[in-house]
Amino acid sequence: MSALLTATTVLSETTEEFELPSINYSAIAPILIIFGAAIVSVLVEAFAPRRARRPLQLVIVLGSVIAALVVVVSLAGTFLITAEGAIAVDGPTLVMQGTLLVVSLLGALLMAERTIDPLGDAFAPRASALPGSEDERQFTERGYLQTEIWPFFLFALTGMLLFPAANDLLLMFVALEVMSLPLYLLAGMARRRRLLSQEASLKYFLLGAFSSAFFLYGAAMLYGYSGTVSLTGIAAALSAKPGEGALVTIGVALLLVGLLFKIAAVPFHQWTPDVYQGAPTPVTGFMAATVKIAAFGALFRLLYVGLGGMQWDWEPVLWIVSILTMVVGSIVAITQTDIKRMLAYSSIAQAGFILVGVVAVSREGLAGSMFYLIAYAFTTIGAFAVVAMVRDASGEATHLSKWAGLGKKSPLVAGVFAVFMLALAGIPLTSGFIGKFSVFTAAIASGATWLVIVAVGASLIAAFFYARVIVLMFFSEPTENTASVVVPSAFTTVALAAGATVTIVLGIVPQPVLELVSNADVFIR
Amino acid sequence: MNPSNYVMLSAVLFSIGALGVLVRRNAIIVFMSVELMLNAANLAFVAFSRMNGNLDGQVVAFFVMVVAAAEVVVGLAIIVTIFRTRRSASIDEPNLLKY
Repeated sequence: MSALLTATTVLSETTEEFELPSINYSAIAPILIIFGAAIVSVLVEAFAPRRARRPLQLVIVLGSVIAALVVVVSLAGTFLITAEGAIAVDGPTLVMQGTLLVVSLLGALLMAERTIDPLGDAFAPRASALPGSEDERQFTERGYLQTEIWPFFLFALTGMLLFPAANDLLLMFVALEVMSLPLYLLAGMARRRRLLSQEASLKYFLLGAFSSAFFLYGAAMLYGYSGTVSLTGIAAALSAKPGEGALVTIGVALLLVGLLFKIAAVPFHQWTPDVYQGAPTPVTGFMAATVKIAAFGALFRLLYVGLGGMQWDWEPVLWIVSILTMVVGSIVAITQTDIKRMLAYSSIAQAGFILVGVVAVSREGLAGSMFYLIAYAFTTIGAFAVVAMVRDASGEATHLSKWAGLGKKSPLVAGVFAVFMLALAGIPLTSGFIGKFSVFTAAIASGATWLVIVAVGASLIAAFFYARVIVLMFFSEPTENTASVVVPSAFTTVALAAGATVTIVLGIVPQPVLELVSNADVFIR
Repeated sequence: MNPSNYVMLSAVLFSIGALGVLVRRNAIIVFMSVELMLNAANLAFVAFSRMNGNLDGQVVAFFVMVVAAAEVVVGLAIIVTIFRTRRSASIDEPNLLKY
């Protein structure tokens, strides 16, 4: 009864004192721009004539991403919490948002490509038409394009921008879903190998929904313990009430399941190779690069801001997860025969290396991880751009045997791909080396020497399979099976060139970006 | 009635949902189990809201309902597409992607 009375009192008090929430619109303008563009993009799908849709959508997507990027740059140095404590705009948020926008600009260029495939772009002309049916044949013949990918793209990007900025568990959950739901659909829209694509979509969806249910239940447990969903409030409750108890332990464990699934950490990585292989290659490149940035942003904020008080509880868990992720990712990648699956396991291993920076629990760890994420994102999207260009009669030639001797047939593209492989392996003079170096030194500085030793061991294993691709491309003779490289239009060329340039420039002159991330390594609390 | 009983009930429902995802083979049932997990979380939020004496948890429950509805739209679209292609909603049959 007394609880009911309290609840009613609270209710009446809040009704009387109700005020409009104060929202700093300029600080969340990048999110609003992309969200607004997503809605306009839906309207274009509904009302614009078919022929006009693609150009209109491209203008909306590229325009809004560039506009949001300009706003993010102009927000540099902002350090505030707005929307009644729900959104934090600080250094890490802005770095992640800026990177997300640049990388998704490249992702949009890859998705807009339509000269690589003689049939059109990488997406099914109608995702609803049965694979192999008469409908599908006619849609293809008439040259229909599925322009609905663009609203999906923009909604996913909205969620991604919101994810690292979310300062309470409710917004984090909503952002997680807004990011994921469009990606589930995009994964199932490939033009070729549609059964694989639909299967990837189903697996991604069921496992993703499963993991986000864990995240939500974890949020409920922490709410039960602290009486609030805001990260700041949870941190205050954790420091005020020592002796954490079962609610907190279960809550943190379940929240971590949800987030570690999104970054594809072992043992929550099973979906990654299947989805990366089945999804249309531009979408794979886009989501491989961006989801990892957004999810790591949220993981950092949750652990450092919300759960900083119980560092000694989650740190050992992340030690184990990090080791497992690096080792399993690197070893299983060796056995892969499909380039997309190999890159998927490589992205799992990379997640493990970035987790080393999380485990460091220091400003240097955060800065190093952000640098690593930037380096990884550009390299990955570039690598998938190359994968989309290497084709034979049946479409993309993803089997590794078809890459044999590619360096002799197309030295330039194979050379660029070799640069990406070297960067992912962490060879000096590429961005990957600086990333690994800054993450590992941060971890050693905070006493995680053993973890770094394991990480270096895993890098050596990983270097083996990256080097194997290079050897395969350059030191074996082309056979009649060897795929050929299709000359793409300006879209893919620009994205590929940008990816390669950033990979090399960050390896040779990393200083400006290192300064940027180390000036932005403090979370607002 | 003690609201902590509802938390217990929500834990039971969540476990049933999680078990359902792991053991059932029909995509629709698996999906229903996921929804059961989300609703178990809702129940926990509302029960905790009562125990903590603030309304945050009830507000969260509304947001979760909206998100769950959006998830249903996306999920059923994917499952129906798979069903139309394969004439089956079993999650064991799509097995082209492996190793």
